[in-house]
Amino acid sequence: MSRVHDMGGRYGDGRVKPDPEDGPVFEKDWHARALAVTLAAGALGQWSLDTSRHARERLSPKDYTRFSYYEKWMAGLANLLVANGVVSRAELAGGPPEPSPLSARRLPADRVAGVLASGGPSLREGPEPRFHPGARVRTRKPAGNAQVPGGHTRLPGYAAGAVGTVILRHGCHVLPDANAHGFGEQPEPLYTVVFDAADLWSQPERAGDEVTCDLWESYLEPAS
Amino acid sequence: MPHDHHDHDDDHALLPPDPALRVKALETLLTRKGLIDPAALDEIIETYAHKVGPRNGAQVVAKAWSDPAFKERLLDDATSVCADLGFYGRQGEHLVAVENTAEQHNIVVCTLCSCYPWPLLGIPPGWYKSDAYRARVVREPRAVLADFGVQLPDGQAVRVWDSTAEIRYLVIPQRPEGTDGLDEAALADLVTRDSMIGCGLANTP
Repeated sequence: MSRVHDMGGRYGDGRVKPDPEDGPVFEKDWHARALAVTLAAGALGQWSLDTSRHARERLSPKDYTRFSYYEKWMAGLANLLVANGVVSRAELAGGPPEPSPLSARRLPADRVAGVLASGGPSLREGPEPRFHPGARVRTRKPAGNAQVPGGHTRLPGYAAGAVGTVILRHGCHVLPDANAHGFGEQPEPLYTVVFDAADLWSQPERAGDEVTCDLWESYLEPAS
Repeated sequence: MPHDHHDHDDDHALLPPDPALRVKALETLLTRKGLIDPAALDEIIETYAHKVGPRNGAQVVAKAWSDPAFKERLLDDATSVCADLGFYGRQGEHLVAVENTAEQHNIVVCTLCSCYPWPLLGIPPGWYKSDAYRARVVREPRAVLADFGVQLPDGQAVRVWDSTAEIRYLVIPQRPEGTDGLDEAALADLVTRDSMIGCGLANTP
């Protein structure tokens, strides 16, 4: 059920190479342009953040692995633009650009500050939470989208089928598993669940260390 | 045009392979179609290159170190407390602050993508988005900390927060020894980006 982006716990990636605190925010000019083009295209309102995450996740494992971070963003964006009819394959291939009915939605420079400052909260009205802080819960196994094979989900594979304890409740939030696929927001109670490292890994680094995940109610069932 | 299923799955393959040229091609196409404004792109870049970054988070931490009542409110409702300071917006709509203590050290990751509290810390550094960090820190956080030159005492437990939803986490590092007389501005200078992710400690004066 897993996709290549779901890499928590994987072996073989080598050491982490810290960047200097005072290094540039954007290592290359095109990184900055890639981020800005992605945000400005997103402001056209043709897809959700969940859909754009899924667009990057569903790059082929070969592309996901060989592409650097912002290359994934560009490839995901190109696919989204075509899938949503915003640009045509002929245009993407360098053909003459046709006028777009969406141009009225273009984000102008003087609205950038307002749009970035207002964000896009995912908190919604929704059902009362089923679980209280302290409740023991077991996660879905295998980790996967219950409606779409290979679809978007936010339960990492390493935490699938694990028993943990609810420590925080965050109200109801848009369900990515539905929203990424155009099934509406279907808000559900969202929880932070803490797991003992020994319940996730066959050889935990240290007894008593913990990992938390933020999980929607439909990912969880009661555990005694 | 030949219509091959494999090709159709890979619309992005129609773009030039060189990454800088890919970005340029997309920017040019969308601009010519009237869908993006190059001046808006400049404004977005200016915001995250120079205006929104880890100095915001450092101010919050320094205030929490200086004012116990503020820290209590921050731990209780970071979203509204940070918004009151002007720190709100994209990728920071729902904030939670977690405090490092002698008993517990907190570390933040997003194993599935690169979720990060932009209004407080800006755009994440390369290492935060790397496969190595995403893959390893949930399984062996102490070995990852060693890559940063950090070794925790045996008695201090580690809790790794995997940002799998729209909640964004800020670590409040432990206040360093020997900082009793310092004001908020001087304290903020000791707060590093990495310490607010949990992969470093605050500097000592």
